[in-house]
Amino acid sequence: MRVTARSRFTRVVGIAAVAALALSACSSDSDSTDAATETAAAAEETAAEETATETATDETAAACTELTPVSLQLQWFVQAQFGGYYAAKDLGFYEEQCLDVTILEGGVDIVPQTVLAQGGADFAIAWVPKALSSREQGALITNVAQVYQRSGTLQVSWADSGITTPEDLAGKKVGNWGFGNEYELFAGISGAGLDASGDLELVQQQFDMQALLSRDIDAAQAMTYNEYAQVLEAVNPETGELYQPEDFNVINWNDFGVAMYQDAIWASQERLSDPAYQDTTQRFVTASLKGWIHCRDNAQQCADIITANGSKLGASHQLWMMNEVNKLIWPSPSGIGVIDPVLWDQTVAVATGTKNLDGIAIVSAAPDAESYTNQYAEAADAALTAEGLNVTGDGYAPIEVTLNEGGN
Amino acid sequence: MKTTRLRRITISSLWALAGVALVLIMWELVKFIGSLIELPLKTDDTSMPHVWSMVSAFGNPEVRGSDTSVLEAVLSAAAYSLLIAFGGFIIGVSVGLLLAIIMQRFYFFERGLLPFVIASQTVPLIALAPLIVGLGNRVSFGPVSWTTTYSVMFIAAYLAFFPLSVGALRGLQAPRPTSLELMRSYAATPKQVLWKLRFPSSIPYLVPALKVSIAAAVVGTVVAEISTGVKGGIGRLIIEYARETTSQPAKVYVAVFGAILLGLVATALVTALDMYLTRNLPKEGKA
Repeated sequence: MRVTARSRFTRVVGIAAVAALALSACSSDSDSTDAATETAAAAEETAAEETATETATDETAAACTELTPVSLQLQWFVQAQFGGYYAAKDLGFYEEQCLDVTILEGGVDIVPQTVLAQGGADFAIAWVPKALSSREQGALITNVAQVYQRSGTLQVSWADSGITTPEDLAGKKVGNWGFGNEYELFAGISGAGLDASGDLELVQQQFDMQALLSRDIDAAQAMTYNEYAQVLEAVNPETGELYQPEDFNVINWNDFGVAMYQDAIWASQERLSDPAYQDTTQRFVTASLKGWIHCRDNAQQCADIITANGSKLGASHQLWMMNEVNKLIWPSPSGIGVIDPVLWDQTVAVATGTKNLDGIAIVSAAPDAESYTNQYAEAADAALTAEGLNVTGDGYAPIEVTLNEGGN
Repeated sequence: MKTTRLRRITISSLWALAGVALVLIMWELVKFIGSLIELPLKTDDTSMPHVWSMVSAFGNPEVRGSDTSVLEAVLSAAAYSLLIAFGGFIIGVSVGLLLAIIMQRFYFFERGLLPFVIASQTVPLIALAPLIVGLGNRVSFGPVSWTTTYSVMFIAAYLAFFPLSVGALRGLQAPRPTSLELMRSYAATPKQVLWKLRFPSSIPYLVPALKVSIAAAVVGTVVAEISTGVKGGIGRLIIEYARETTSQPAKVYVAVFGAILLGLVATALVTALDMYLTRNLPKEGKA
């Protein structure tokens, strides 16, 4: 009895060991196999690489001997919202600037500005109000390029509901996403003289548009480039055709003076005092903006690049998103990436002056001067203009995109 | 002997299929009742797609013009998540077993460590996930740099170690005093007692703990994938498809089926291990 018990246990341990070995073999990267036997050699290599990188950053301006590794944290999965960065990576604009860029996709609980502040990434894409809020809580970050010049947030309602202005939201059931995405809506409501807690019913909204389509809510929050397209990709059961823009009313916050700056490139404020990081930032901003200029003129190509990078969105949805994002960027009268102080102040005014349902403003005081700089975007625009590129997009005309069912 | 066994397996799998069929029938029944009278939950085709539209969604191409069908995408995502879950499971089980041995051997550790082991499970996973990813972004071990995939595996391990350590501790403490006294009369060393007495007698406790652990590892993997958005796994697929709910409500259920399949396969593997381990032990009710 004792013998069987023991041999059984030995076998269990054996199985576990084999499984562990198999797993470690599967999970380790193909280029790091035989790690155990080569540990010593690998350690030496790393040391050598480190010294190489240091020298490279010192003399980057001179010649591009080795690419500077840079990581960029996005807010969400790969999609045309980030088209310019993927274009700059895949079309070699980053490489031209001697950068090796790793794009880190976001997730439900990933907060890009926090990742940046904690040193998890070299740059991050974030909405200005949310980034300013994190900044106030100690995340030392600086806006180095304001890519989106307009807000893409809408409040969508049925055409027959007659909601065309924030005033019309009185007495309605109004969906919003919360988590800092709701401030334009709240500013719009209070701008219309309504009390957010009494004059209308605010409800937490899912990230799909079912609640609006099934008329559970009267007005739903939507991004021009995503949720609004989802509505137009759904089949209207009454007609058997897709829903049409005429079926809906749209409140665009840009028209009511409460729009806030959205996607911008943020850099680490502390590291910006380091000349090597300054140089990297300059090169990163220049190449990124070049990517966005390319996507303005080649929307279809950029949509394809995004799909090639593993986006699961359908082709027509992807192209729609690229086109809508272009509309948020272009034209950029002062040049792409450059902050317009008027819009910045409006963003700050809404952020400090609007209280949500809990009575909390997203930012308590106006941020200091270090919160943004136009230095990098202006220098990038000058360099890109010298390359013969149009950095303001004057005369930009969006393309026409036909959405198919399900975005396919 | 062999035929009865075959018969038993056939009957039990038929029951399992009947269970699945029952759930599907219930689903359609709720939809049907909902079309007659108003139920507190919405039963229209966008909120609760028909079973057959879910099944047909399996065969659709993932995006138009792509060669991979939704089914293939879901299966490969489930396989990827299974690998991560098993990695987390094995790490979690190893750590849990080690903790159990230490806690059993030294009473001091049981008193000191067990509260922390229990407290570790009260930390909400969604609070933990970004923290671990944030930490992981700054960690690298020589040439191998930490990726979010490892963070997901770590979270799976974090959930998996707890049931195992508690179950194993219980099992290691299970031998009767008479057995321990017998070992003492042989002048057995603590190590010998552990290998020859405590481990064998802990198996009935270990097996259920392993089953709970693998389930925890699978849940941890899927939730951590959703939370951190790691590419390739079933969690990511669930969010990707959920975004298309407005126009293709059946699609997200396909991904959910993938998650269910993932859990079933993982549990089946552990059950197979269980049958192997306990093949010589008296079966319940037959002893």
